[in-house]
Amino acid sequence: MKRVSDGLVDRSRDLNFSFDGKQFAGHPGDTLASALLANGQTLVGRSFKYHRPRGIFSAGVEEPNALVEIGRGARLDPNVRATVQELYDGLSAGSQNWRGSLRHDLMAVNDLAAPLLAAGFYYKTFMWPKAFWEKLYEPLIRHSAGLGKLSMQPDPDAYDTGYLFADLLIIGTGPAGLAAALAAGRSGARVIVCEEDFLMGGRLNSEQQHVDGVASSTWAANTVAELKAMSNVRVMTRTSVFGAYDHGVFGALERITDHVGHQDQSARQIMWRIRARRSILAAGATERHIAYPDNDRPGIMLAGAVRTYLNRYGVAPGEQIAVYTNNDDGWRTAIDLAAANVEVTAVIDTRDTPPPVDTSGLGNAVLVRGANIVKTTGRHALTSVTLDTGVTVPSDCLAVSGGWNPNVHLSCHQRGRPAWREDIASFVPAGDLPVGMGIAGAANGELSLGAALRSGHDATAQALAALSHGADIGQPPQAVDEACEITPCWHVAHEAKGLRKAWSRSWVDLQNDVTSKDVTLSVQEGFTAVEHVKRYTTLGMATDQGKTSNVLGLAILAEATGQSIPDTGTTIFRPPWTPVPIAAFAGASRGEAFRPVRHTPSHAWAESQGATFTESGLWLRAQWFAKPGESTWRETVDREVEQTRSGVGVCDVTTLGKIDVQGNDAAAFLDRVYANTFSTLAVGKVRYGLMLREDGFAMDDGTAARFSDTHYVVTTTTANAVGVFRHMEFCRQCLWPGMDVHLVSTTEAWAQFAIAGPHSRELVSRLVDELDVSNEAFPFMACAETTICNGVPARLFRISFSGELAYELAVPARYGDALMAHMNDTGKDLGAVPYGLEALNVMRIEKGHATGNELNGQTTAGDIGLGRMVSQKKDCIGNVLSHRDGLAAADRPRLVGFRPVDKSVQLRAGVHFVSHGKDVITENDEGWMTSVAYSPSLGHFIGLGYLQNGADRMGDLVRACDPLRGEEYEVEICSPHFLDPEGDRLRA
Amino acid sequence: MQIPHPLLGLRDASEFVYLGDASLLQRPEVPEGADMGDSVLLDAFHEYLHLRDNPAGEHRELWFHEQGDRSWLVVTRNTTTHEITDCVLARDLVSR
Repeated sequence: MKRVSDGLVDRSRDLNFSFDGKQFAGHPGDTLASALLANGQTLVGRSFKYHRPRGIFSAGVEEPNALVEIGRGARLDPNVRATVQELYDGLSAGSQNWRGSLRHDLMAVNDLAAPLLAAGFYYKTFMWPKAFWEKLYEPLIRHSAGLGKLSMQPDPDAYDTGYLFADLLIIGTGPAGLAAALAAGRSGARVIVCEEDFLMGGRLNSEQQHVDGVASSTWAANTVAELKAMSNVRVMTRTSVFGAYDHGVFGALERITDHVGHQDQSARQIMWRIRARRSILAAGATERHIAYPDNDRPGIMLAGAVRTYLNRYGVAPGEQIAVYTNNDDGWRTAIDLAAANVEVTAVIDTRDTPPPVDTSGLGNAVLVRGANIVKTTGRHALTSVTLDTGVTVPSDCLAVSGGWNPNVHLSCHQRGRPAWREDIASFVPAGDLPVGMGIAGAANGELSLGAALRSGHDATAQALAALSHGADIGQPPQAVDEACEITPCWHVAHEAKGLRKAWSRSWVDLQNDVTSKDVTLSVQEGFTAVEHVKRYTTLGMATDQGKTSNVLGLAILAEATGQSIPDTGTTIFRPPWTPVPIAAFAGASRGEAFRPVRHTPSHAWAESQGATFTESGLWLRAQWFAKPGESTWRETVDREVEQTRSGVGVCDVTTLGKIDVQGNDAAAFLDRVYANTFSTLAVGKVRYGLMLREDGFAMDDGTAARFSDTHYVVTTTTANAVGVFRHMEFCRQCLWPGMDVHLVSTTEAWAQFAIAGPHSRELVSRLVDELDVSNEAFPFMACAETTICNGVPARLFRISFSGELAYELAVPARYGDALMAHMNDTGKDLGAVPYGLEALNVMRIEKGHATGNELNGQTTAGDIGLGRMVSQKKDCIGNVLSHRDGLAAADRPRLVGFRPVDKSVQLRAGVHFVSHGKDVITENDEGWMTSVAYSPSLGHFIGLGYLQNGADRMGDLVRACDPLRGEEYEVEICSPHFLDPEGDRLRA
Repeated sequence: MQIPHPLLGLRDASEFVYLGDASLLQRPEVPEGADMGDSVLLDAFHEYLHLRDNPAGEHRELWFHEQGDRSWLVVTRNTTTHEITDCVLARDLVSR
């Protein structure tokens, strides 16, 4: 195993890297896999279930075996395919899934128990005793099976997302993709070309072929240079287009730093959403292997991969290489190896046909026709293969070709179901392709170089025609059409004898350790549909999604069921084509940036006062303002309530939704949207409003203030601000578009403060410029547009959520922070204090006001005691259906208050009410507690809740039961208005 | 998905909020002075609000351009292919 040539690798520079702690060197242009092979490291991992020694199997994204860990600490990435990991200086890689050491894996004992571990074994074997499954069997199985391990630390790298737009997206840059891109680029259309590899050219770099008279890799390099010079073409390498979505949207993952290791300055990966009017899928084909006994030893490799290592990386993956093929393409591996002076020990063709190539250069190679491999030897590396003719050929590498599968995946992401093509013994794209997609090259079953180049060129011509983009795109590049005949050979039907029989296994899916026996067992057990076989055997699952095994597996399935392969069909192809980190989907939306944060206008001032904040939707609201010496939040909140109720408190209530409603039909519009009537509201007055959903349940509540005949300002709850606005726009545009009314959400435009407490009038009078705020001139439920603080425009409302004499004062948002500071400053002698969301909540519970806890989507106007608000004289949203039997029933739960019989008891929201003498079971449930608070005004806990016939049960006792916490206590049913039920305070 | 907004052109579906069947545009008429609990009215509203066709194929449905111009749109979308064949302002449809 050695470098036999430069290939496309820069051997003038060394790159040092480590594998399992051992130091190696490779070169720029190497993958980890090619560098490991160049250093003679054949054994690179252990298999999923049986812990069999495994080596590098492919040279691309399809790799099932060579999964390694890259990096260290929090930057440790498991399950990286060594075949696509670009080598860089200092790269640290490690093998996976062993205990002890890679060479001497203690878990390899599993392999000895193989006859017991067939597909589905754990469903049958670990049935008894039942309790052992969760505690013993499953942890044990999970420990012994599996791939790499996560670092279990937060991902320290940065990721990003973005959008790209194109007339034409070309996916893949093999012969078809480059021919398509060249034609498209020359046309002047806006083109994006994506290549998963770091080197563009695909198989052009893996073969000794010629295009337009030059070496294929040279033609690729020249074409890429030409494309990069075109201003209308965006060339993206290291970019996997992993999904085709609706309407020509594609997902693509660009790896920015994975080939150089961590860089502080850059996002590691970028998730692109590409919108393309047309697309060309030129994703090539993936070679498959053949199921024959012991076909998983390190050194057994796909024939095309052997050519890639030889021609692109200059590495011979063995010193004595045998070739095993059922098609013409496999022979080219032998020819290329011989041309590079690597010994070819045998070419075994399963077909009994003359060699498709000139074999004179193959030296002493044994050429066998119509034969199969029935045995291989070599524990950590292949040593020989034995044929059914009895001949044994010494080999340290076996190049296998079972044919090529077009990479149809992206063509199937929108319901496309591939069709079987007998001549290439594989599936090609068919059915409903993603809108605007054309298929070119090997992805469409055009397996020869000349045909691939022509089909790429033609696909661009068709795409441009569909785009009505007329341009001369010239002639397609020319190349020969090499032989690529195939006669399928899926698996070797070899009956091993005696003891060996149980251990004789032919692998189908190397990554999941699925053998041909597992597939036939699945059929025996009744799982005959292809999707069932996948789930029963795990064939085609995990990181490679069966790229080298699926078609082989379903061919074996077809044989076992007696169906044809097209009748058996494929499993459904879903995104992603190759694994995509969740972190890339998240992009920058992590941690604090996970979603936007909304600050209230007085946020900065609240911060300066040491406020504690809480999330309320996207908003951060001040929860309380602790003072030095206060040791618990309750102490702070109790003080805020007491000081507000005895002096004056101010609270930022900007988060409440505000909607400006204007127009000649504004009043009529609100009459239809709200359950109660607003057309009768006098200018300069505010009214409480209740909004129903069309199904008759309560939707939201708030107030509407009338500033003129044609101008209202309505408020919504914080949580429903967006939904109510959307609903009102629906009513305006979809139900009554003839009405002259317009809506603007002004939630962020106005900073609004509640000013509550007996001294609130005095404080407000110090703020307003000219407005008379006496009780006579500005009574309860008055409103006015005015100015404060020498000319600042303001809106003043005399409304109260706290039950105190109270106002709400709104100013343009930019004045909010200053006004908050000013009110606390100028009201110091009045005892002015800021209060937070918690105190606001305590005071509203003391007054029995409903909020989100009570308006939970299951409550009617009647439930919250506002049944009479629903006008019987007019149509409004929800009016009719609020009369449904179930919603109008007399025994519905009603909102009432609760106080503990034992005043020291702490009430809890969520407890359920059960009458005395009844069992605590669901059938006896009579209601539940929605909100609780400690009332500093009353000196004990109080609660709100729903109770059947609650309004008629005042003064009764009921049990509050909390089976979750094992608590139960007695509460007395009372009015929800705990404080000042007559409302004298707020009218003072 | 992308929605061809009649005023703003092709916009990404993530800018929109989906509501449902465009039959919601046909809210039953409530006659002046009607008894709100009338069983004929109740049936009409029940049908309007709850009984929907669930076609495999062309479906007219309401989308709200919440992250855009706040217009309600009626989009004709094939539920089996997501192909969008028509998109109009809901208010134009109702006013007609």
